[in-house]
Amino acid sequence: MHPAYSVIFFTTASGAGYGLLALLAVFGAAGVLAPHTGFGVVAIGCAMALIGAGLAASTFHLGRPERALNAFSQWRSSWLAREGVAAVVAFAPALVFAAGWICLNDVSGVFAWAAAATAFMTLATVYCTGMIYASLRPIRQWHNALTMPTYVTLGLMTGALLLAPLSAAFGLYRPTFAILALVLVVAGWLMKRAYWRHIDATPSASSLGTATGLSAFGAVRMLEAPHTEENFIMREMGFQVARKHARKLRLLATLCLFVAPFVLMALILALGAAAALPFGVLAVVLAAVGVATERWLFFAEATHLSMIYYGRAV
Amino acid sequence: MTSLPAAPGEKRLGLVIDLDTCVGCHACATNCKEWNTSGHSAPLTDINAYQAEQRGVWFNRVFTYEAGGQGGEARTVHFPKNCLHCEKPDCVTVCPTGASYKRAEDGIVLINHDLCIGCKLCSWACPYGAREFDEDEGVMKKCTLCIDKIYNENLPETDRTPACVATCPSKARHFGDFADPQSNVSQLTRERGGFDLMPETGYRPTSKYLPPRPGKRAGAARLAPVEQSMGGGGKFLRWVDRVLSR
Repeated sequence: MHPAYSVIFFTTASGAGYGLLALLAVFGAAGVLAPHTGFGVVAIGCAMALIGAGLAASTFHLGRPERALNAFSQWRSSWLAREGVAAVVAFAPALVFAAGWICLNDVSGVFAWAAAATAFMTLATVYCTGMIYASLRPIRQWHNALTMPTYVTLGLMTGALLLAPLSAAFGLYRPTFAILALVLVVAGWLMKRAYWRHIDATPSASSLGTATGLSAFGAVRMLEAPHTEENFIMREMGFQVARKHARKLRLLATLCLFVAPFVLMALILALGAAAALPFGVLAVVLAAVGVATERWLFFAEATHLSMIYYGRAV
Repeated sequence: MTSLPAAPGEKRLGLVIDLDTCVGCHACATNCKEWNTSGHSAPLTDINAYQAEQRGVWFNRVFTYEAGGQGGEARTVHFPKNCLHCEKPDCVTVCPTGASYKRAEDGIVLINHDLCIGCKLCSWACPYGAREFDEDEGVMKKCTLCIDKIYNENLPETDRTPACVATCPSKARHFGDFADPQSNVSQLTRERGGFDLMPETGYRPTSKYLPPRPGKRAGAARLAPVEQSMGGGGKFLRWVDRVLSR
């Protein structure tokens, strides 16, 4: 599948933003993070900026971005519409929670309820993002049980990596944040490893034989393509530039997204609050490279059943 | 509404494509383009139409495959492919805008181009590669089963068939109602063992394909290799042939 930069940026940036917002809401309502105006402005602002930039970028790959509002209408059947609705609905409790935190320094009562709703709606939005891909039956690398949990886990994980240095910058760092980041990094790592093993080990149920119905006559191969130039289907579904580098890119993603942040978070835990800002920032930078590579691979390694007709392996 | 109709409609319109008689002439693709570039889906944009890197929207694509051939009889099969108007079309349900829909009355899968935002998700959801994005118009396009022709009362009744069916010189394409067991397409499917493409995906295509008939050449004497059958020429010329072949 063609990896559109706008979609890679949208899913990674909004995933991290929603993860950070969910963690802020949970830690705020639980009293782990004292409501602090400066920190609230920067941390909630950072989460909202990531979400907003991601949502804006998601409209760039549309043929008719001016009609984007149409995309909210079919939530009964479409995960893409559900994602849009969830993203908009999430803003309502998030703004109440942010107002309580920043303006009133209050996270109790109605603001605690708003925090709970914020955490729920942000995770629901990332869940919908994952389900957009997991629901596509023609793409076996997406249509499996690991796709959606990986999206949610990586969203929370990258949010937790952001939380450590942000809290440290305002003297609000707690070891809990590094421990949580470590747990999520390990969970993300295990999930992504299981995902890669799954897509490598699971063959497609379809072949040129089932696609043409000609298997009764023996092996089927394409003699002649229907057109001499690449059409939309081949450009969109037949992307294979990165696939030959998949091994190296998986290693790069693993090192930047999981190994380096794990080591840095462990160092923060060992060295204490003073290390949280520099090592935390480094972990965020490396994880950004890692998650972009991971998301690029998620598209580039995905094969589409329609390519069978062009004689490609899927 | 991108939810599918609750029950199958009174009619289930679709095509039967006969892989035995298709000669791979691309007339279906050409006439389809001709009709549809000025109808419901107009225009079917071509970019760089007369130069390298030509890109354009086509609803029909004619592949050619070879089946068998490893030691046995190989056969060449021309394989036209277009939207199959599935009973379970995920291309419809994934659409966030309501632009994609399946008509309850006849099962035709259509796009409302005024609602489409060009997110391309429907093309990702189609395992058959039947939808093509019009990058000039910014919206998705697909086979309409010539909805502007089959119901067109300005045309003589005999002409109210899809353009690909009307033009096929080898009568390899048939149009009809699969909900009627006595229709031409239902009978052909029954009698010739019509089948679904990629049944394992569960999309339940309405349109069917007919398999090539068993090879008439099966068991027949094979032609002798050319170099052993010097057809005529006499002993002298065969001797010359041998000398010159050294």
